[in-house]
Amino acid sequence: MPTKIEKDTLSGQNTTGHEWDGVKELNTPLPTWWVYTFYATIAFAVVYCALYPSWPWLTGHTQGLLGYSSRAELRQELSAQAKERAGFVDRIRAASLADIRKDPELFNFAMAGGRSAFQTNCMQCHGAGGGGSTGFPNLVDDDWIWGGSIDQIYATIEHGIRNSDDKSRQSMMPRFGVDGLLTGAQVAAVTDYVLSLSGKAKATPEGAKIFEEQCVACHKAGGKGDQELGAPNLADGIWLYGGSRDAIYRSIFYARNGSMPAWSGRLDEATMKMLAVYVHSLGGAR
Amino acid sequence: MPSQAVLTADQRPAPRYVEDVIRAAAILTMFWGIAAFLVGVVIAAQLVWPQLSFDSPYLTFGRLRPLHTSAAIFAFGGTALIGTAFHVVQRTCRARLFGGEPLAWFVLLGYQFFILAAALGYLFGITQSKEYAEPEWFVDLWLTIVWVAYLIAYVGTVIKREEPHIYVANWFYLAFIITIAMLHIVNNLALPVSITGTKSYGAWSGVQDAMIQWWYGHNAVGFFLTAAFLGMMYYYIPKAANRPVYSYRLSIIHFWSLVFLYIWAGPHHLHYTSLPDWAQTLGMTFSVMLWMPSWGGMINGLMTLSGAWDKLRTDPGLRFSVTAVGFYGMSTFEGPVMSIKAVNSLSHYTDWTIGHVHSGALGWVAFIVFGTLYYLVPKMWNRPAMWSTRLISWHYWIATVGIVLYITAMWVSGIMQGLMWRAYDELGFLQYSFVETVAAMHPFYLIRLLGGVCFLSGGLIMAYNMWRTIRTETETLVTQTRPALAA
Repeated sequence: MPTKIEKDTLSGQNTTGHEWDGVKELNTPLPTWWVYTFYATIAFAVVYCALYPSWPWLTGHTQGLLGYSSRAELRQELSAQAKERAGFVDRIRAASLADIRKDPELFNFAMAGGRSAFQTNCMQCHGAGGGGSTGFPNLVDDDWIWGGSIDQIYATIEHGIRNSDDKSRQSMMPRFGVDGLLTGAQVAAVTDYVLSLSGKAKATPEGAKIFEEQCVACHKAGGKGDQELGAPNLADGIWLYGGSRDAIYRSIFYARNGSMPAWSGRLDEATMKMLAVYVHSLGGAR
Repeated sequence: MPSQAVLTADQRPAPRYVEDVIRAAAILTMFWGIAAFLVGVVIAAQLVWPQLSFDSPYLTFGRLRPLHTSAAIFAFGGTALIGTAFHVVQRTCRARLFGGEPLAWFVLLGYQFFILAAALGYLFGITQSKEYAEPEWFVDLWLTIVWVAYLIAYVGTVIKREEPHIYVANWFYLAFIITIAMLHIVNNLALPVSITGTKSYGAWSGVQDAMIQWWYGHNAVGFFLTAAFLGMMYYYIPKAANRPVYSYRLSIIHFWSLVFLYIWAGPHHLHYTSLPDWAQTLGMTFSVMLWMPSWGGMINGLMTLSGAWDKLRTDPGLRFSVTAVGFYGMSTFEGPVMSIKAVNSLSHYTDWTIGHVHSGALGWVAFIVFGTLYYLVPKMWNRPAMWSTRLISWHYWIATVGIVLYITAMWVSGIMQGLMWRAYDELGFLQYSFVETVAAMHPFYLIRLLGGVCFLSGGLIMAYNMWRTIRTETETLVTQTRPALAA
């Protein structure tokens, strides 16, 4: 085995005597700082393993001297936070929505909590500022489908709309076109009538007649709507699914019947109350 | 053979090496590099302007992202590794590649076919949805065949070597090939729904699946992106610097400690999840212990330059390799820090991770490949040097500025994002919604895009320089002031 140990003049170190395609290696000892830092990280690992759950065996693992568990840590943090808020949360639970609005301290807390809960649970549909989008109502205007009083808002949050909750808000607009209640031409005529309510089209007598027969029961005379039935106001120029002729035609032909989840069971009572206070404050509430 | 035993390595004639495949791999590496950087720029732009997906399912971020990661890691990195592994193993073993041209071509072209199959799958939505292991079962099977051929060619050459010892670069390449085979097979175990369909169901489920996925994922980083490229470094830096490797002893200790410790570190990707606490502890402590073994490679890379630092002024190709080792040192320090649970609770799921990955992928992997190609291309095409040394310098500075823009933007954005997620107001409620954090990150996405554009521009400069080097006849080549590199 040809080994030819040489001294490298630049570093003063010997080579190992091997050579591969002209590459040689010095036999420089390990840098001391490297060795001791390596030892230090090993010592850290040993101590950490002794303190925390670490080495497994067939049926379990070492528990660690600190008795740590991430689940217990989470429970602790949650209960510490709950304790911190307990005073406020208890008072929110006990107070009526009207009373919360009258108590500046409680109102302030409810607004902060409501905003936070809104940003986590509601903004996905209603938008970060509550501005809504197609199919998801705007919460900052004063056009309310199921009522804009604080109690009505609370009921909507608690039970939602058209879902499986027992007390969910329910109403069902017929699918006039799909189910053959009206012909396409009739839907077009009533579409023009609906548009005329906000001055966007000229109504025909036929459209007015169909509206009278089919729509007035829920949407009321002049299309003013009925919040008891969740029938939107058709005369205010505010449209949940778009105000173009085509969009309104589709709304009548297919019906929309959007839904919202019930939040009772997912959110606690205090959070739903804070949400109601927050949404109520957004602008258009009565 | 007594007559051969008395001859030293220098006296024996070198065998006829397999080189066409290496030339092809060099060109393909450059091609995939540009592709990877380009798709990266596109998806970075999509994060700034989401409408750039043009409402097409084929161009959504979700499909283009694996295209980018796979193009960077497997196409660009993998092709560079196959080419350089074949170059290094033949030279340092002083033996023609086992299996000769046919086996070498099968490995290279078979691997290219794997890349194409994987990439088309991503675009058409055929995916296992496992990060860095997205290809479906039939693509996985094909890669397994190619990989075994790669292993046979490599080990066969090592076995028939004429050098008495196995050079350190080969230890790293071998660790890479063997470990990737194991990781690939175990993580991708799956049952196809039918033999004619693309869909399969993985063998693992729940937290075991997550654990195996990140055992795979982290060791793809450890053995594909670290060990293998260290192998590249161990050959091309001493060659380009014409200096002996700094410490043989360090290379042994850091090799074995690196491969032993890396394989345990995967669980740090699953901190604060349903993964049991004990596994999280082990993932974290082994990651912390990895710090010095990783730095062993950096020390050996940088200190090999001692006595040859002046070469950095005249050889910008070597400057790439040395800067790569610097970024390697930085990201292998950042990694253990981020694996510490307290740090991870802030950094996890944020852009900080993206920045960390890119300081490794751009700074270490891509730069060491650039440095290697700038050395390898003139050698393989028998040119005295690259066509233009100035263009290498331009590439170096543009790419470096790009990386710095990229990772600083991601540091700031990631830490800000993590802090916003955990911010509480004075009443104990979450301060920010998710979308507010997204809005806050927007300017940093723009800076990141700019960094990516710089990096891509550098790559294009390199491709042009490489093309001119290959096309230009030796006589007309302007060697400029660059001293001839040692053979």
